[in-house]
Amino acid sequence: MRKTIRLAALALASAMTLAAGTVSADKLKVGFIYIGPPGDHGWTYAHDQGRLMIDNMLGDHVETTFVEGVPEGPDAERAIAKLAETGHKLIFTTSFGYMEPTLKVAKRFPDVKFEHATGYKQADNVATYSARFYEGRYVQGQIAAKISKSGIIGYIASFPIPEVVRGINAFMLGAQSINPDMKVKVVWVYTWFDPPKEADAAKVLMDQGADIITQHTDSTAALQAAAERGIYAFGQASDMIQFAQDTQLTAILDNWGPYYVKRTVDVLMGAWSSGDTWHGMGPGMVGMAPYTNMPSDIAMMARATAESIRTGAFHPFTGPIYNQAGELVVKAGEVAADFPMLATMNFYVQGVDDKLPE
Amino acid sequence: MLRLEARATQSAAAAWLSPLFAITLTILTGAIIFVLMGKAPGPALYIYFIEPLTSGSGLSEVAVKAGPLVLIGVGLSLGFRAGVWNIGAEGQYIAGALLGSALPVYFYQSTSPLLLPAMLILGMLGGMAWASVPALLKTRFNVNEILVSLMLVYVAELLLVHLVQGPWRNPQGWGFPGTRLFPDAALLPVLVRGQRVHLGTLIALLVPLLAWFVLARSRFGFRIRVFGSAPAAACHAGIRPTRMIWSALLIGGALAGLAGVIEAASTIGQLMPKISPGYGFTAIIVAFLGRLHPLGVLLAGIAIAVTYIGGEGAQISAGLPKAVTGLFQGIILFYLLAFDLLTRYRLVVIGRQGSRA
Amino acid sequence: MTELIIASIMTMMTAATPLVFAATGELVCEKSGVLNLGVEGMMLIGAVFGFAATAITGNAVLGLAAGGACGLAAALIFAVLTLTLLSNQVATGLALTIFGTGLSALVGLDYVGDTIDQIRRVHIPVLGDLPVVGRLLFGHDPLVYLGIAMLALTGWFLARTRWGMILRAVGDSDISAHAIGYPVIAIRYGAVAFGGAMAGLGGAYLSLVYTPLWAENMTAGRGWIALALVVFANWRPGRVLLGAVLFGGITILQLNAQAAGLGIPAAFMSMLPYIATIVVLVFISRDAIRIRLNAPACLGRPFRADR
Repeated sequence: MRKTIRLAALALASAMTLAAGTVSADKLKVGFIYIGPPGDHGWTYAHDQGRLMIDNMLGDHVETTFVEGVPEGPDAERAIAKLAETGHKLIFTTSFGYMEPTLKVAKRFPDVKFEHATGYKQADNVATYSARFYEGRYVQGQIAAKISKSGIIGYIASFPIPEVVRGINAFMLGAQSINPDMKVKVVWVYTWFDPPKEADAAKVLMDQGADIITQHTDSTAALQAAAERGIYAFGQASDMIQFAQDTQLTAILDNWGPYYVKRTVDVLMGAWSSGDTWHGMGPGMVGMAPYTNMPSDIAMMARATAESIRTGAFHPFTGPIYNQAGELVVKAGEVAADFPMLATMNFYVQGVDDKLPE
Repeated sequence: MLRLEARATQSAAAAWLSPLFAITLTILTGAIIFVLMGKAPGPALYIYFIEPLTSGSGLSEVAVKAGPLVLIGVGLSLGFRAGVWNIGAEGQYIAGALLGSALPVYFYQSTSPLLLPAMLILGMLGGMAWASVPALLKTRFNVNEILVSLMLVYVAELLLVHLVQGPWRNPQGWGFPGTRLFPDAALLPVLVRGQRVHLGTLIALLVPLLAWFVLARSRFGFRIRVFGSAPAAACHAGIRPTRMIWSALLIGGALAGLAGVIEAASTIGQLMPKISPGYGFTAIIVAFLGRLHPLGVLLAGIAIAVTYIGGEGAQISAGLPKAVTGLFQGIILFYLLAFDLLTRYRLVVIGRQGSRA
Repeated sequence: MTELIIASIMTMMTAATPLVFAATGELVCEKSGVLNLGVEGMMLIGAVFGFAATAITGNAVLGLAAGGACGLAAALIFAVLTLTLLSNQVATGLALTIFGTGLSALVGLDYVGDTIDQIRRVHIPVLGDLPVVGRLLFGHDPLVYLGIAMLALTGWFLARTRWGMILRAVGDSDISAHAIGYPVIAIRYGAVAFGGAMAGLGGAYLSLVYTPLWAENMTAGRGWIALALVVFANWRPGRVLLGAVLFGGITILQLNAQAAGLGIPAAFMSMLPYIATIVVLVFISRDAIRIRLNAPACLGRPFRADR
């Protein structure tokens, strides 16, 4: 995938350089709306890395701007509109809560293209995109089951939205594939980024016997709290190894860059069209950080699982899958459908000891 | 040698000058901060304070942003005058939005013209209900209203999250938090085509005028003014503190709740886990910047809204971080309080023997 | 089960420590008659400057000192405005909170995502290895002990020293104290400064020990809880510790309940600490006589020498 993009970018660059002699090409302005600060080393950081890839590969023809810390709601509409008004022709809105504002602004600016992350509504000039993080969670689950001695995982969850629930389920399925009796304790912190709270959650989970910590929140606090007690943990959204050199096992990497560059090239070549993109390890949108702090045979197993997911040989949500009530929701040998099951997942698989809000 | 001497009456001139002083000094301080950050002060200041006012869409956005600030600010200013410190307006805003939005959530296909007025009234009732807790606890149990109203902010936020994630969640929303989009009958009409200025903004413009009238001309307004400036005299005049406290908190709650349901019924169009970027707290600054006077609050709301809009523009055009806006707001308030002194005291030059020079 | 209880108590003590620092400082401030609502802002300033200092110098102790010093500086702004320029204490305190939040966010921008070497627990040989008691009494990080020590010191100072008595006199009747000849304004400056230093330390604890990170608004309302604690403790130092542990405890308890799978909706469990604060305040405030005995009579009123 990366090779194709590099070739396309190169081809485009050469074409434009030739054309530049005759026509003065104004740089394409690409805008980004971030929900947090790029320095969070988590969600927003990963998106910003994607933006930087656009700068690196297409810098001669593209100029990027970002607005950070934009709260979801009415302020978002204004910020997005401001980008549209100031000549940005491609705008990435990187949080679910920007959905309605993006659609509203898109109506007012039909010749601007919008890309909304993790959303589910499209329009002629609004595309949606997301990543199959759950693929990484499955691999993590397997690693956790192999390494854990207490058989208890501590899971720090943010909000009970389908993406998070999917992650918990995939993690459990991966763990259960090694040890059917794995337990997972879930704590909902109702925030994406609150280091003291995340640290508290990690401590509480460890107090209750968890000896592996994983999170669906964005800071490194939980990882570091675990490291302080010598407990293994997984990083989130970016490789957090420098924060826990002896205890990070791996991390799920959000790799938005290739997709961002592709869409930018599409706009430059006039070939952009709306749609929904949900890529996983296959196209390289999800990656795993190097497997560290574990015996080499477990690392090899993890690599093998990841590879089989990447090639499409294996799907984490392959049946038989039972829900908490014991009902069979995916038949043996079948794969859970993207729609509606995976995309709107709001049930737990059997073995998760928690209740989701109605 | 200089000395402070109490004035017999508050100086009206100083009362109106101090916000101007505060704003001017803030701008100067801002210029210094920009230079320290390595940015050219002139263009940055222009983007922050002037540019939002130079275009139709800019003015519209300022008005839309100022609306909730002014509404809440007016309510708070009446309370602060009476010495009632309602710090929990943010919670009352949310409570009003919750109660008012219950109608479109449950009657999501309604086309009734009564829907909107009912929502607005429920919004005020919701805010009043939330504010009645600190009122009750203060008047019955002498509990500090600052702490109670503030704690209830956190409770309200969590309640909102719980409702939009659970019982009120849109069944067609793919499991994501948030209610259904409100039906058209539940949305405040937009006043200018192509912009976001809506009926709620107009309401926010009228309320300060109404409040000014009430404050200046009604018996109730008189009581508030007396109670705030001379509580002992007020007591002798038969103005009961309990009543004042209740009135102050209920009005503050009603206006904050109204602001909440208006926002939900206009720029947001639904309920989601977060419906306020901190209006309830920013309104405190607005109330003080407006010298606790309804018309002042109106102007102050507009001024603060300009800094918000300017702040966003500064991020895009000048690479200035969002945090600068919050810093400005704190600085304005500091300068204002520093100059506050001049309304109540005057500087007098004293000769060496202690006699007036 | 014992293991869980011990572990939970340890976590609760850590959670209580920022509150202990901030509440101790505010207690002294209020005992002298000044109500400083800017605790949240001072804590945030302490947190960000403490973190920055540690990141720059690599020395966490220096960072703590820097946090305390900057909290003190912020408190001095408040002091000048309220004690010399006679501005309204409530409004100025709020302004300090807003200013502190904004300033810390700005300064902290460079440090989001950075980390430092956090202050670790010190292992005391022999004593620390005793069963149960070993960890409970000797297993905490150094600042937990410092917080309790400051609290104890403050209690001793207020109750048993001459200057402590003078400070309380200033808070109870500033006019009488002035008539006797005590420097009311100077004492209040000192009290406010101490409050700022403590709040700054409490904030620095969050960014240096609790998590070796900085995040905007990381105090998340702890400053306000500290203010409530002072009222809860009826302005008596001993009760501050109790309140801090209780409040820190409830926060940890609700997380524990979730992890244990108790089935109560997480949102409601998260509300517990705040509702509990209100309930406690009601119970405390009902005893009006007790309050009048302990609360400084001049709390919140500006003092002017020639009134």
